[in-house]
Amino acid sequence: MKKIAVLLLMMILGYFLFTNLYSTSVGNLNFPKYGEVNLKNRVSDKYIKKDVKGTEKETIYGQKGMESGAANVVTSIVVDYRSFDTLGEVTVLFISALGVSLVMGVSNKKKRFTIPSNFILKQGARIIYSIILVTGVYMFIHGHLTPGGGFPGGSMIASSFLLMYIAEEDFKVKFEYLKITEGIAGSAYVLIGLLGMLMGGYFLINILPNGSVGALLSAGIIPIVYTFIGLKVGAELTGIIGNFLSEEVEK
Amino acid sequence: MEIINVAETIVGIVLILFGILAIHTKELIHSVIYLSLMSMLAVLSFVFMRAPDVAITEAVIGSGLVTAIFVFTLLSTKRQVKE
Repeated sequence: MKKIAVLLLMMILGYFLFTNLYSTSVGNLNFPKYGEVNLKNRVSDKYIKKDVKGTEKETIYGQKGMESGAANVVTSIVVDYRSFDTLGEVTVLFISALGVSLVMGVSNKKKRFTIPSNFILKQGARIIYSIILVTGVYMFIHGHLTPGGGFPGGSMIASSFLLMYIAEEDFKVKFEYLKITEGIAGSAYVLIGLLGMLMGGYFLINILPNGSVGALLSAGIIPIVYTFIGLKVGAELTGIIGNFLSEEVEK
Repeated sequence: MEIINVAETIVGIVLILFGILAIHTKELIHSVIYLSLMSMLAVLSFVFMRAPDVAITEAVIGSGLVTAIFVFTLLSTKRQVKE
């Protein structure tokens, strides 16, 4: 009886959703069909063309003197136009990591799994660990050129440490170093923002020259900020995994 | 209908199926595995929708770290049968 009621409610909700999303009547304010939106009426068009000043031009590879020099549009929005939001996200992650370490407690004893790992698993994990680690670092260094960035890169670093945690019995990270990395990276992000306030007049404004689109050293402060975000996220998530896998503190 | 549309539809339906299975299985560990599979298919559908940034994040966090943290939590809890 309960399941039938739930199914009926879901069907009614689905009907409303679909009629709102896909109705074709003229003059309503519904969503346009997927892939058929007219970007000329949206703000995102200005962002894609890397200019909010009103000049309509396509961006080509190697062009100079852009408003935001990142080749990846998402990065130019996340770390340049909306950088203050990203600072908030980093703070949210910091608070959640703090909560986990407060609840779980930090002890130096590692939890033991019932099945011991064999030789092939250990050696294979060592090779794959380095590859995942380098991919994560690559991802946040090239955040302004290719998809990805600080958050996925940092999580990839954390997942490489997770692999080592599972494969090796005696592997453990030093929590002090993680805390130091996290603190330095987080304060450096705020310091860059304050530097922008001193030199440019606004918090987190892009103070460095933009360079040419597509080069590694371009887009001003975006690569620097993404490197700090990647280090911070990597350290925090590694700390969370370490907390989950360490023995609970006796109370 | 193009091939990509058919693939999108199939991935979407299987994704919903895995979501329902994750809610309705009795064993908690099976539920975690179904959630991980659902994330993998969500990665595919994000790629179909041309959002590679979201796809990378979902691949690392959704099907990697979250699954691991759920499994560790299950390892450190005990099964309790209600009388």
